[in-house]
Amino acid sequence: MSLLDVKNLKTYFHTRAGTTRAVDDVSFSIDKKEIVGVVGESGSGKSVTCHSMLGLLPQPPAKVEGGSVTFDGQELIGLPTSLLRAIRGKRISMVFQDPMSCLNPYLRIIDQVAEPILIHENASLEQAESRAIEMMKKVGIRDAEQRAHSYPHEFSGGMRQRVMIAMSLVTNPDLLLADEPTTALDVTVQARILEILRELRDDLGVAVLFVTHDLGVVANIADRVVVMYKGKIVEQGTVCDIFQNPSHPYVKGLLACRPSLDTKYRILPTVDDFLKTEDQADGSTTLGERPDAMERLAKLQEEEILDDPVEKPLETLLEVNDLGVHFHSGGGFLGKPPETVIAVDKVNLTIPKGKTLGLVGESGCGKTTLGRAILRLQQTCRGSVQYDGRELIGLTQADMLEYRKRMQIIFQDPYASLNPRQTIEQTLIEPLLVHKIGANRGQRRDRVVSLLEEVGLGAEFLLRYPHEFSGGQRQRISVARALAVEPEFVVCDECVSAMDVSVQAQVLNLLRELQGKRNLTYLFISHDLSVVKFMSDDIAVMKQGRIEEFGKANEVYENPQSDYTRELLEAVPRADF
Amino acid sequence: MFRFLIGRLFQGMLVLLALYTITFFLAKAMPGEPFTSEKNVSAETKANIRKLYGLDQPLWKQYFVYPKNIITEGSFGISTSKGRPVGDIILQSFPNSLLLGLCSLAFAIAIGVPIGVLSAVRKNSWVDWTCMAIAMIGICVPSFTIGPLLQIYAAAHIPGLKVAGWGNLQDVLLPAFTLGLVSAAYLARLTRGGILEVLSQDFVRTARAKGVSPTKVILKHTLRGGLLPAVAYLGPAFAALISGSFIVETIFQVPGMGQHFVNAATTRDEFLLLGLSLFFGFLIVVMNLLADLLTGFLDPRVRLAGETE
Repeated sequence: MSLLDVKNLKTYFHTRAGTTRAVDDVSFSIDKKEIVGVVGESGSGKSVTCHSMLGLLPQPPAKVEGGSVTFDGQELIGLPTSLLRAIRGKRISMVFQDPMSCLNPYLRIIDQVAEPILIHENASLEQAESRAIEMMKKVGIRDAEQRAHSYPHEFSGGMRQRVMIAMSLVTNPDLLLADEPTTALDVTVQARILEILRELRDDLGVAVLFVTHDLGVVANIADRVVVMYKGKIVEQGTVCDIFQNPSHPYVKGLLACRPSLDTKYRILPTVDDFLKTEDQADGSTTLGERPDAMERLAKLQEEEILDDPVEKPLETLLEVNDLGVHFHSGGGFLGKPPETVIAVDKVNLTIPKGKTLGLVGESGCGKTTLGRAILRLQQTCRGSVQYDGRELIGLTQADMLEYRKRMQIIFQDPYASLNPRQTIEQTLIEPLLVHKIGANRGQRRDRVVSLLEEVGLGAEFLLRYPHEFSGGQRQRISVARALAVEPEFVVCDECVSAMDVSVQAQVLNLLRELQGKRNLTYLFISHDLSVVKFMSDDIAVMKQGRIEEFGKANEVYENPQSDYTRELLEAVPRADF
Repeated sequence: MFRFLIGRLFQGMLVLLALYTITFFLAKAMPGEPFTSEKNVSAETKANIRKLYGLDQPLWKQYFVYPKNIITEGSFGISTSKGRPVGDIILQSFPNSLLLGLCSLAFAIAIGVPIGVLSAVRKNSWVDWTCMAIAMIGICVPSFTIGPLLQIYAAAHIPGLKVAGWGNLQDVLLPAFTLGLVSAAYLARLTRGGILEVLSQDFVRTARAKGVSPTKVILKHTLRGGLLPAVAYLGPAFAALISGSFIVETIFQVPGMGQHFVNAATTRDEFLLLGLSLFFGFLIVVMNLLADLLTGFLDPRVRLAGETE
């Protein structure tokens, strides 16, 4: 008998807008000491599946409509909350996505880690605390005795996630539900956390249900994989089966559309190249395979590029010399003593016209600040930025206006960077007005329509507001906004980081296509090394404000010179066998 | 911590200086002077009285003399309407207001916080709606309505409780209830909002996933953060409560400080007005400081300005 048996689980959300089948007839099982990965894009129902088992969903609107979840012979669905509580945190524990918000900021670490023992076992406070500290050491928290008495905000993201894991395993549970436990973390930290989880599985014999959107992570940690799409399981099997021999078109698409460090496509395949969806009258969706999937893929492969045999001399568009950005804090009247944080430290870069420079680094390394400093959206304290032969630092606002037209930026979060109170038309026309493009309303409108068409949307969207669009569509609008003034140079600041892989592939393809059509130059900022590899001609690796390594993309990836680059590359979870 | 206190002391002095300046010039801008309404007094006597109180000096001199006297002699001037030192008037009436204020505060916390917690826990149920409706009434109905209603009720149903007057300890009950009702209502609403805000956060779900019981989720994981808005409100509210209320004091005949605020303004008693304003300002500064210290104690993420890691 397996440890956990989920059979025909159905969880629906009943709202005024109608019923959403978040989890629709899902069945799978987990054996003792097994790691099962649940993969899917946002909204596929993977988290809801997890939460349904422990009754952690807000009810209403959520309701488990049917099915059963058997844990060690006991039915969990319909179990009274008081009995369920005895299982939560004792036999089944959870680790959540965001370690920043999932620990109680008002309580000391030790109180939180020891709490499950005090709730579920007849242990004294001293016993509970010493066991908590022991577990914290096991997950790799150094000086656990001292650090245990500090508060969550005094820990880094990776350390907090270790605290979460220690807290969930301190009662020796049989099953750990890990809901996107490494999504909010840098790759090197993620690699370490995955390692810890694997070690603990061997040490403590805990089974893990590992929910993630990242195929690479799943390949790395799981024994078996369950792939979910729109509330249903589309395929499940061992990791090898799924990755080497996927049978469902969605899974094929998902695997193909993710750029890996070895991708050779010029244009990424998308899920739509494989999957045909048909919405049925009763609200469900049927999924089918495109008959022409193979031909589509073959066509993409034909476009595989070979490096230009002759290197043409390239014209430099942007040259950054010795650039520095310092942040000052404190130093107020009787306030904190002044502190200086060096965000960007003596950076030198060049970007040739029509090429893409990829800028990678972990969170807090200064890559976003550097991008903004180049556009003069951020005050610099030293160095120069030469654009097309002209020094930008020190230009007046009026002189800078010309360059604002030529240099644009696409921001990370398409939800936050579009004004929610402006229609798409207003958003797109504003830059035209600022830069006096188009003679009259009609001309500007035509231009906006052609822009929308260029990014794959249409004139019918003009009068809508941002909240009416999906994340991918919004990012297309952001791209259109940046391109409205016909810039030559675009900073893409983590512009696909918030997206599912299938949407990411579409946006990356769009950026590539536009670059070819308009001879654009990109500064492509990302923490995702595979995406940067796919996009870039040159690569700069950044660490703590400095450029660690700068060179041709292929050379940097194939033969990294600095230890840090090597560490980053090794930390990327790979989905190949 | 020490740096923080020094800094705040400095800020407090600046606040009091600004308060003094504004009050001083506003008082001077009022039509008339302390003795203009005195009839049947010869011009010579009037001039003598004005000289006695220093009102014949040029404006800028008067502006500097008052603070100088506070610092050098500890004197807040002589009340022109009562003929007594302003300091004495405050010292005599403040203890009564303080007692009344403390009782009404205790009452407000004892009623407001539990109601707020209850409302939050039973969000969108009839319990919540009833509690919030009562709180809304508490905010809307003025004390000059509640006070007399309470008096009528007490006179008819509670033998041995005086409806007005000041002398026994039990005399504080009715005015404290009347005075504290509005604060209790505000506290209930702020506590409810604060708790709901915290309940929606991820770490509460973590606690539930650990198997923490619903009671403990509230008491251990939520209350501390949920009380922060209420604490921020309590600082200035407390200062207002202990500095007296004209209406409540009048209804229940409490010899508190509130009456002097109104009298000082109507009799153009400049020195009493200045003294009371500065005293009230001082209370506000101190109570806000206490509220900030309490916030720092409740929320470990708050580092008071001047503290280093």
